[in-house]
Amino acid sequence: MSTSRTATIDGNEAVARVAYRLSEVAAIYPITPSSAMGELADEWAAKDQPNVFGTVPTIVEMQSEGGAAGAVHGALQAGSLAVTFTASQGLLLMIPTLYKLAGELLPFVMHVAARTVATHALSIFGDHSDVMACRQTGCAMLCSANVQEAQDLACIAHAVTLTSRVPFVHFFDGFRTSHEVAKITLLTDDDLRALIDPVQIHAHRQRALLPDRPVLRGSAQNPDVFFQAREASNPFHDACPQAVRDAMAAFAARTGRSYQPFQYHGHAEAERVVVVMGSAAETVRSTVEHLVAHGERVGLVQVRLYRPFASAWFAAALPSTVRSIAVLDRTKEPGSPAEPLCLDVLAAIRWAEQDGSATWRATPRVTGGRYGLSGKEFTPAMVMAVFAHLGQDSPHGSFTVGITDDVTRRSLPFDADFELPCDGRTEAVFFGLGADGTVGANKNSIKILGEATDRHAQGFFVYDSKKSGAITISHLRFGRRHFEAPYLIRRAGFVACHQFGFLERYDVLDLAAPGATLLLNAPFPPDRVWAELPVEVQARVRALGLRVFAIDAAAVAAAAGVGNRINTIMQVCFFALADVLPRDEAVRLIKQSIQNSYDKKGEEVVRRNFAAVDGSLAHLHAVPLPAADADAGRHRPPTVAASAPEFVQRVTAAMLAGKGELLPCSAFPPDGTWPTDTARWEKRGIAATIPVWDEAICIQCNKCALMCPHAAIRAKVYEPALSVADLPSQAWRGHDFPGQRYTIQVAPDDCTGCGLCVQVCPAKDKTKPRHKALEMTPVRDVRDRERQRFATFLALPEVDRAAVAKLDVKGSQLLQPLFEFSGACAGCGETPYLKLLTQLFGDRLMVANATGCSSIYGGNLPTTPWAKDAAGRGPAWANSLFEDNAEFGLGMRLSVDMLAARAGKLLRGLADWLDADLLVADLLEPHARAEAWLAAQRQRVAELRRRLAGLDLPEAKELIALADYLVPKSVWLVGGDGWAFDIGYGGLDHVLSMSHDVNVLVLDTEVYSNTGGQASKATPLGAAAKFASRGKAVDKKDLGLMAINYGHVYVASVAIGAQDAHTVRVLREAEAYPGPSLVIAYSPCIAHGYDLVFGGDQQRRAVQSGVWPLFRYDPAHADRGEPPLVVDTPGGSIPVADYMRNEARFRMVEKIDPAGFRRYAAGAQRAAVRRMAVYQHIAQLRFPASSPATATAATPNGTEEA
Amino acid sequence: MDLSTKYLGLSLPHPFLAGASPLADTVERCQRLADAGIAGIVLRSLFEEQIDLEALAHHQAVFGHTEAHGEAMSYLPAADDSVFGPDEYLAHLESVKAAVDVPVIASLNGHTEGGWIDHARRIEEAGADALELNLYAVATDPGESGAELEDRAVAIVQRVTESLRIPVAVKLSPFYTALVHFALRLEHAGADGLVLFNRFFEPDVDLEALEMKTHLELSQRSELLLRLRWLGLLSGQLRVGLAVSGGVQTATDAIKAMMCGAHAVQLVTALLRGGMGRIAVLCDEVSQWLRDHDYESLRQMRGSMDSSRTPDPKAFERVNYMRTLQTYRIE
Repeated sequence: MSTSRTATIDGNEAVARVAYRLSEVAAIYPITPSSAMGELADEWAAKDQPNVFGTVPTIVEMQSEGGAAGAVHGALQAGSLAVTFTASQGLLLMIPTLYKLAGELLPFVMHVAARTVATHALSIFGDHSDVMACRQTGCAMLCSANVQEAQDLACIAHAVTLTSRVPFVHFFDGFRTSHEVAKITLLTDDDLRALIDPVQIHAHRQRALLPDRPVLRGSAQNPDVFFQAREASNPFHDACPQAVRDAMAAFAARTGRSYQPFQYHGHAEAERVVVVMGSAAETVRSTVEHLVAHGERVGLVQVRLYRPFASAWFAAALPSTVRSIAVLDRTKEPGSPAEPLCLDVLAAIRWAEQDGSATWRATPRVTGGRYGLSGKEFTPAMVMAVFAHLGQDSPHGSFTVGITDDVTRRSLPFDADFELPCDGRTEAVFFGLGADGTVGANKNSIKILGEATDRHAQGFFVYDSKKSGAITISHLRFGRRHFEAPYLIRRAGFVACHQFGFLERYDVLDLAAPGATLLLNAPFPPDRVWAELPVEVQARVRALGLRVFAIDAAAVAAAAGVGNRINTIMQVCFFALADVLPRDEAVRLIKQSIQNSYDKKGEEVVRRNFAAVDGSLAHLHAVPLPAADADAGRHRPPTVAASAPEFVQRVTAAMLAGKGELLPCSAFPPDGTWPTDTARWEKRGIAATIPVWDEAICIQCNKCALMCPHAAIRAKVYEPALSVADLPSQAWRGHDFPGQRYTIQVAPDDCTGCGLCVQVCPAKDKTKPRHKALEMTPVRDVRDRERQRFATFLALPEVDRAAVAKLDVKGSQLLQPLFEFSGACAGCGETPYLKLLTQLFGDRLMVANATGCSSIYGGNLPTTPWAKDAAGRGPAWANSLFEDNAEFGLGMRLSVDMLAARAGKLLRGLADWLDADLLVADLLEPHARAEAWLAAQRQRVAELRRRLAGLDLPEAKELIALADYLVPKSVWLVGGDGWAFDIGYGGLDHVLSMSHDVNVLVLDTEVYSNTGGQASKATPLGAAAKFASRGKAVDKKDLGLMAINYGHVYVASVAIGAQDAHTVRVLREAEAYPGPSLVIAYSPCIAHGYDLVFGGDQQRRAVQSGVWPLFRYDPAHADRGEPPLVVDTPGGSIPVADYMRNEARFRMVEKIDPAGFRRYAAGAQRAAVRRMAVYQHIAQLRFPASSPATATAATPNGTEEA
Repeated sequence: MDLSTKYLGLSLPHPFLAGASPLADTVERCQRLADAGIAGIVLRSLFEEQIDLEALAHHQAVFGHTEAHGEAMSYLPAADDSVFGPDEYLAHLESVKAAVDVPVIASLNGHTEGGWIDHARRIEEAGADALELNLYAVATDPGESGAELEDRAVAIVQRVTESLRIPVAVKLSPFYTALVHFALRLEHAGADGLVLFNRFFEPDVDLEALEMKTHLELSQRSELLLRLRWLGLLSGQLRVGLAVSGGVQTATDAIKAMMCGAHAVQLVTALLRGGMGRIAVLCDEVSQWLRDHDYESLRQMRGSMDSSRTPDPKAFERVNYMRTLQTYRIE
């Protein structure tokens, strides 16, 4: 590992570098924002990098954080030095083990990128709600405030746990510290060796379980001894703080960097003191220094050692002059008398007064404040508000800061414009697209400045939650003096907008300081740029006196052949304009880093990037500002259309505009309930090219609509009378809608431009086969026309579901999708299944969604894709956790069944009160779930409600509320392979073992997609994934076969791009089957490493080669004496290697280890053949009719067939 | 019988080389070729597309999604060891070199002046005894003249030969307007040998899908005649080594090719169809033929029928073409 003294790295890497070198075993599980620590450890181990003891640590990925905790527990008991990394829900899953580790006095460190625990909503961002849930476990807790400290306290934690035998949780703020890139001084291997006591390692080894000196641990104790034995460990916990202090002293002696368990900063005679831990301490410290310089008597106690909480030391850290204290907690504990750190402070003060050690003249007044939940900004302005609050005669006992609480009025007002002076610092913000490489280039700029100059450098990156067309905002600071500023830039001297379209959607100049430089990537000549700016932007430029520069980076990138990666081009422009390095030097360093980064990726890649760099400066121009009276042009469009619902106008629009911070508490439902059907209001317009329909060629197969991941291309049939001249159409060719017109229409602002629709389109122009019924067209050429056409198209009535002759590929796509315009990746392989699900069952669909990609593109605000039909019906969706989704969905089923039964009982009880006709009998009649029956049932329910309204009976009122349950609900448990194969498998297995009518849809991307492609048990043999970087050595788990073993579960494997009709059939069969159903769906993913426009082709190859066989196992067939398993594709028509070679995940293995690849390919071939042989064998089986295997499930009603 | 020959500065015990093909795709097959007595092995071509386009495609697939989302800085493992250039090719080359004693000729295939050319140097460093440069170009750019295309090819050859110490052969297509002139330019540009000729993946039409499909058929003996003509025309006018590739399946084919000027004979179809035992058979048959016809050595026979020495030099030229057409009869 590098021995250079400084490096510009992020907090996760800073910590992982220490943890890796001081550990022998790491058991991990990916979870944001801690995943990178485990990934780095795995990467280093894969390269055989040794730890400081000269061995290469063993890194294992487990099936859950609970599993990781169990594995490190075992490793510790067996005598090695073990470590893990986690956050949030993962940490919660480890809590039971933490009690064990502490109870058994096992030296151990867990590094936590502290993150919000899901409550009313999930959040991936940082606060202390997770670590605070561990404060009672007996583990020591050390908290770091910045990247440098995170590295240093990581080392101290590893040192002290060995001497104290108390396990440590070392935490730092998720994202704010884990993802902040900063220049730090590194700890060398020698530093680490010097600070770790080998005697203590030896002692740990001596305590290891070993048959040669056997002992027993984990006994069960009774009331006679448990209590005393529990207290017997007190001396270790009592001694721990001093051990920490000693280690910190040794660390200071070695490195010169001094830390205290409680560190006081500020005026020696401060009257107002803030107590805080984590990155906020830096913000408070900077503000305190500012205030003290202005004569204020204020101070800060920064808590680094939170557990054991050394009360006496805390009290001693307070200045004797203290009169009031604000304790800031980055967590919320409803119902508690105060947040946890505040309670600790209150106790410490009381203890000090009781034992007479208090130095203050009068008991200080203590208030508690919450700040920064879910990574909410915490700025000097807020610190000023806190000190101002402390200056009041009677401050609140409990307040919040950083938000506007207009519900319980606990928030402190603050001056949002207040900023600490930052003389001599360059502050720059960059608005980019996730896909254009802006963040990567900015990280590189920080490294260049941090490592090639003596400047201090800091970078922080804000991402939105979309996976396609995502915006990134980079905040970069450079200064000649060291600084810590863990908050976003508010007034930047340099603002770059890497996508011109952002100027219409976001208030980009909100972050510009007066006189700042504005760099635009503009697809226009310099003399046209000004005229293309929205008038609001023009006005701000003039008002702020900005210098404007522009470059057509896309043109430079195209000329250089680097696609949409404009990053290096904009990077060169930044250095050219920001005056932080001589231009030539900057270009040299940029090229050097390109060479370093891409050298092994191919010299052509380097050559093209060099060409991009060289082409940049010649195309950078100052934008001339015409006379002010010449300003005219377009206004920024409203964020959402005027026709949007009130909630969308009031709340969603603010969030979309980047102003969600300003929304008050009252804007929000208090229980996390959120309206569906909001994605339609977010018009992102991210596609460069969109499909345009040629009605003269189309053959009405509807495959385009089926495969579109974003429901952005749709089909409708409608009465000829509704035809509009500008909307192309052709005569419907089916028998079900004779004489009607048919139109395919794209949603130009919702399409991501992935091209899947064109790729799948089979209709070719006979005279020019290159031209298909759909053709990708530059959006700027057709946007206005297609917008108008899409509006016209939407206004056409949706098809009568009951009138569609056959719900096959073609018929299903005439049904309204109730999953639309998600933020999933362009070309996503998961979302076509979900869209199809909503077309088939959307108006009666309940979804339990495991955490993962599908819960992010499905439920991450501001807008969500689950939609409603004209009657207001649509999928009801909820996410509980990652690990409990099967159980969560089962619970939904149990409730629905219970309430349906209750409705039926009430109906039967009220039968005599209702008119004596067939209504009641019809409502209760067993049903076949055909669309026509469902429509009729809904009419009967409406009629029932009408009749019930006339009855003044409590049962009637109750039945009015429950009548909708008389229409059957379709409950689907949706999640990825990480859930179904790994963390949620236990629950899924249990739910499948029962007989309840739940349907499971596993969107199998064969990796943990959402957290960045870590291997799961679904990862196929030979595929490179994180934690399997040289190829996964064993084949994927056959989840389908395991479920088939139950006998009563409907099981199917589908690949919509390979056989779409099969997928449609399977979803309908699964839904119709009255017991549990499991559908495993092949889902291409960017983690597979190819252009997803070829997702359908790859699915075909997977199926043809046999690595993804299509099959259906229907227990109902067994009941009829037929083979229950039907293998729909035998595979074997192409070699598995032909499939594998088309994806980077396999190819990179071939590149690293050609012989290994051949072994894997041969192994995958054998596995495919073996699997198929097993299936074919099962497919031959015939059970006696009504065999016990199927007796537990009710007889299915079957599907309707037209 | 002395079958020894010299090609690309390499002293070969006989002229039969394994041509660029899947024959050399594994070390084990290369060992079998060597054991069967092959005089040298040409590895399958490393294509420009393999180097550049795959590198770019992988670059986009892997790096196009990095640093784009808060939860995932990347979606594939860090691939420092995974080189998107020719390293797997180089590794294979090194393995083959370590496993066999016969000369190993690497092959690079491309037609633009892209970054791939620099890999020639790395091929040399990996131990190749020679490099076969395959200038496969289909002239599709209406703005590029034949002369410009040739200039580009010459420039590529010059760039490669200047940077290498090992000999470089250029594998040509037959579709040059003035092949002799062009060949001489290549010789002046530094080429040490020419391989006649490249064979192409040729597009075919899938009538149902209305798509083009490509495949490569194994060579036919009839393809030899084209090669004989150009071997004969070039042999007398160039100093570089000549190899025939395509159409040689029997000893008589090989003898004809060598009589017309070939220093070496590349075998692919013959070995794929007949197995590696064909090498010894061909050597025996050529020896026998030489003996039967009172030749002292293969060298004595080589080039004896090229255009400078044949009793009927016009046979290689247009007159022959005209005559053949005029004498063709429908039966």
